[in-house]
Amino acid sequence: MCIWVSVALRGEHNGCHDAERDAALLSQTFLGDAVRGMLSQYDDPASGSGYADLMPHDLARAALQGLLNRTNLPKDAVDYIIYGTVIQEVKTSNVAREAALGAGFSDKIPAHTVTMACISSNQAMTTGAGLIAAGQCDAIVAGGVEFMSDVPIRHSRKMRKTMLSLSRAKTLGQRLGLIGSIRLAHLTPELPAVAEFSTAETMGHSADRLAAAFGVSRLEQDEFALRSHTLAKKAQDDGLLQDVISFKVPGRDIVSKDNGIRPSSMEQLKKLKPAFIKPHGTVTAANSSFLTDGASAVLIMSEEKALAMGYKPKAYLRDFVYVSQDPKDQLLLGPTYGTPKALERAGLSMSDIDVFEFHEAFAGQIMANLKAMDSDWFAQTYMGRKTKVGTPPIEKFNLWGGSLSLGHPFGATGCRLVTTVAHRLQKEGGQYGLVAACAAGGQGHAMVIEAYPQ
Amino acid sequence: MAGARALGVLSRFTSRRYALFIGNNFRTFSMAPALLARTHVNYEVKGDVAVVRINDPSSKVNTLSVQMQREMTEVMNEVWANNAVQSAVLISSKPGCFIAGADINMIQACNSPEEVTTLSQEGQKMFERIENSPKPVVAAINGSCLGGGLEFAIACQYRVATKSKKTVLGTPEVMLGLLPGAGGTQRLPKMTGSEGQNKGKGRGFDTLSKPSGCMKPLHNLGLPSAFDMMLTGRNIRADKAKKMGLVDQLVDPLGPGLKSPEERTIDYLEEVAIECARGIVSKKIPLRKEKGRMQKIQDHIMSYGFVRNQIYKTVHGKVMKQSKGLYPAPLKIIESVKTGVEQGPDAGYLAESQNFGELAKTSESAALIGLYHGQVACKKNRFGTPQKEVKTLAILGAGLMGAGIAQVTVDKGVHTVLKDTAVAGLARGEQQVYKGLNDKTRKKNITSFQRDSILSNLTGQLDYRGFENADMVIEAVFEDINIKHAVLKEVEAVVSPHCIFASNTSALPIKDIAAASKRPDKVIGMHYFSPVDKMQLLEIISTDQTSKDTIASAVAVGLKQGKVIIVVGDGPGFYTTRCLAPMLAEAVRVLQEGVDPKKLDGLTTSFGFPVGAATLADEVGIDVAAHVAEDLGKAFGSRFGGGNVEVLKTMVDLGFKGRKSGKGCYVYQPGLKTKEVNPDIGDILEKYRITPNPAVSSDSDVQYRLVSRFVNEAVMCLQEGILNGPLEGDIGAVFGLGFPPCLGGPFRFVDSFGADKLVEKMRRFEAVYGNHFTPCQLLLDHANDSSKKFHK
Repeated sequence: MCIWVSVALRGEHNGCHDAERDAALLSQTFLGDAVRGMLSQYDDPASGSGYADLMPHDLARAALQGLLNRTNLPKDAVDYIIYGTVIQEVKTSNVAREAALGAGFSDKIPAHTVTMACISSNQAMTTGAGLIAAGQCDAIVAGGVEFMSDVPIRHSRKMRKTMLSLSRAKTLGQRLGLIGSIRLAHLTPELPAVAEFSTAETMGHSADRLAAAFGVSRLEQDEFALRSHTLAKKAQDDGLLQDVISFKVPGRDIVSKDNGIRPSSMEQLKKLKPAFIKPHGTVTAANSSFLTDGASAVLIMSEEKALAMGYKPKAYLRDFVYVSQDPKDQLLLGPTYGTPKALERAGLSMSDIDVFEFHEAFAGQIMANLKAMDSDWFAQTYMGRKTKVGTPPIEKFNLWGGSLSLGHPFGATGCRLVTTVAHRLQKEGGQYGLVAACAAGGQGHAMVIEAYPQ
Repeated sequence: MAGARALGVLSRFTSRRYALFIGNNFRTFSMAPALLARTHVNYEVKGDVAVVRINDPSSKVNTLSVQMQREMTEVMNEVWANNAVQSAVLISSKPGCFIAGADINMIQACNSPEEVTTLSQEGQKMFERIENSPKPVVAAINGSCLGGGLEFAIACQYRVATKSKKTVLGTPEVMLGLLPGAGGTQRLPKMTGSEGQNKGKGRGFDTLSKPSGCMKPLHNLGLPSAFDMMLTGRNIRADKAKKMGLVDQLVDPLGPGLKSPEERTIDYLEEVAIECARGIVSKKIPLRKEKGRMQKIQDHIMSYGFVRNQIYKTVHGKVMKQSKGLYPAPLKIIESVKTGVEQGPDAGYLAESQNFGELAKTSESAALIGLYHGQVACKKNRFGTPQKEVKTLAILGAGLMGAGIAQVTVDKGVHTVLKDTAVAGLARGEQQVYKGLNDKTRKKNITSFQRDSILSNLTGQLDYRGFENADMVIEAVFEDINIKHAVLKEVEAVVSPHCIFASNTSALPIKDIAAASKRPDKVIGMHYFSPVDKMQLLEIISTDQTSKDTIASAVAVGLKQGKVIIVVGDGPGFYTTRCLAPMLAEAVRVLQEGVDPKKLDGLTTSFGFPVGAATLADEVGIDVAAHVAEDLGKAFGSRFGGGNVEVLKTMVDLGFKGRKSGKGCYVYQPGLKTKEVNPDIGDILEKYRITPNPAVSSDSDVQYRLVSRFVNEAVMCLQEGILNGPLEGDIGAVFGLGFPPCLGGPFRFVDSFGADKLVEKMRRFEAVYGNHFTPCQLLLDHANDSSKKFHK
């Protein structure tokens, strides 16, 4: 079962298509405190997913194999493979290529890796769409992968310098001298941080400030988080999350569903302490998306190619935009800026959209974006618009859960959003869907998707 | 002049900390108060919390004026009387200012120390009531919280502050020759240090960051932190204040939302403060913090009288060493604190108010306040807004001065082109700019990212490429009229017609440089002082032909660079170099008369100069001094004589060019802080030995010989119209040359010392040395009529 998304760039209709998210998405392992996830994943025996022994390309490989299985795609039928990822494993810096080879794709298919924070796989898809639109390719596979269970931890700069000098040292004396210069401080490792390089502010901190700037209360955030988990649970129970494939962890069980969905109660959510801004902040572990392992893949083709190969496309990729703003104070406002631009390019208005899928980085970020979109003052002062953007009707918004409940493997989320829109359009019978997401660096993305006529 | 490295008191005084007491000349104190609605303080009850809002409608900042205090008292009485109110939040409606201090005019309006003491006691009483308030009061601080503002805040039960860059806490009174007179000297020692980290690294008064042996564990206690704050007057950022225990909770500034960031940040601060106030009432937030083990140990140590005595002694010694006893305020601060700690609050508060009263009427305080006002005045552009803003500034010569100018320009969002003629010179200059910014990164004033993005505004090059886009070119090439003419012509060949040509010369007359110009109306002098990033003064020199718009533009650039600016007329040595030259000539004579350089330095520093005359010569450069002495000697004739120029020339010939060459009057060794007298200059001085005349060679006479020549020349500059007025003369002398700040500048010195007394001394010197000491006409006028004053 494949999703067909078509590409309409420069007026041309190009076809496309899709596929899956892998079980790994579901692999979130610990409760409550998402922020320090990396460590908890090791420590929590309950998680025991055995993921820590894997490598990122293993997850991507599984997603690609799942795609091959579901689509019966011949292993040499695509022209190009593109993957998005954020935290790179240095051994597989071009993870697209390693995963493609490992998944059994023909070694004649070139592959490259892109990175654009939380919209990396969106970038992979649109890069592919661009190749098709430019006439370079007819069929591509795009996807994303993120592996938080074993992030690269580096030696300190001092230690790295010493080690590099050591490899160049010629005499025993020089070597001993260098070894002797190593101090305890050299051994402090460098951990990757979910913080902006330009401002050194962590994303959760920024989200808390953003929520405060838009006067989003703790209650509103907790309610939205609860909604996300409740809807995700319902979607999971109703079997709507068809994009999920099972993943066999070597030496362990098969993981076959998202394991971060935990509908709780408002009372329980209320008990949590703020995670970033203490003691008066409003962003908590429960109303933030959690660190997750996961991979995704979609098949994108020109319409002619898809039909020629006998596929029934799922949807057209109508149009898309990327936007960027101040990485300090408007870090997470990408959807607000991206939505009107994408709609304008596609010649649509808010009321034409039947399905909205926004990336839920934080409940506070979603609420802040909704308030920004509802504000004439904000639109006039910061967006150069005459009137407000307008807010998506909540009854059309993220109805199958979102990043808050399903999880957010940075590099892989974009494909999940697009796939969900395609599936919801099929299920709900709408015509247009809109994906919007924010990303580190103050960047953002929005994409308009149209259902393929049934 | 290549430069006066101002140290000690001056550098502390000049470090951009001027937002303290703000005078407000047009406020009237005699408004009939009772019937008027409140305009400065208002309150609103939100649930069970009274939100007290401060906002002086007539000013950009809030000051504790008479009216503010009266309204505050009224409001607090209502709050206390209101049974529905459980707690209060004190907040300013002004973005960027909580309370910037007491109203300075209120203090100056007093006629006697007793009156000022009464003022102080009223303030003490008001804050005592706040401190003893049965309903907790939370101070919500956004923006400057200085002087009386800080004293108010620390009288409150709890403090919440924004992490905004504008939020600074401090007690700058000492810089105005005063002390924190509303309970500050009594409360601060109890406040600070609860989480105690006072690492005053290299900033300000570092007595206690370098304690001797047994003192070591004490340096993060309340008493030392409090002394550090009050004796240096330095501003403390919110995050540091939190670590010191001055502030209890921090709030992040917000970005764009449904309101402007400034407005919303204040609202947010208020929301958080209200929650804190409720938390205190419901006992969820404890007011007494559990003391850590270190704190308990420290408290124990501090309970020994001899330990405290050791601290007082050390601090006192340090103050005496730095201030030479010329500044009464630091000593009174120590005395007030000591009285409070040792004899209890009653005696402490009394000592504080009495000392405050005494200090307010000292000449030192008047001088420092005068300088403060002067500094504010010299931060304004009296020539109006220039027609074209300078967006691209090109600098010729990447030497110490050129790169220094680039350093203070590039971080102001101005595209800065640094041009040199050689790769090595350019690389050195670019490294200097990088280092300046990187040091800020290391001190965490800016992030490495900000450093990089600032540096993206700097272009280093060896040719004139892109000069057509320059709005202003400042040349900082070698001091030689022919070279200046050559670059002027090169520049004029490539720049657009509106581009201004500024010369950073220390002595060459601008009209001589402009003689080679096709557009003399666009030529101006901009005399920076070295090191450019530390010295606040910029002396701008206009010729008869310089257009007003050119001046306005030069002043605008200088202000953007953060400079205090004086605009003077053209002439040999302009104002600053011209005043310094005779003093240095006299210093050389003093050396020739057998006074040791160390002794000479001692005589000048004990008079109040932050840098001794011999050290100053080394800093300026012996070669530069020789050059200037010769040039100005030619221009002004025998009046500029004194010491033999050959002394300086011989030194230059032997390679003793001052600090830059490692040897001058002293020997400089990298890494060594102490310096020894250059043993080789003994022979030179021996060769040019003059026999001193005992009638004019006492220590005091030597001091006045040096100072009177400086002052006389300054007055002559005013007489000849080089100076626009005495105020700029004082500012230029203090901020450019290190004239004793406690004297307030040469003109204020004449006023306070007495022109007649000065003339009398000069006449005595004149009898021995001739026209070097002939008082100028304007000085004589003042001597003959004691009602004539430079400052009213």
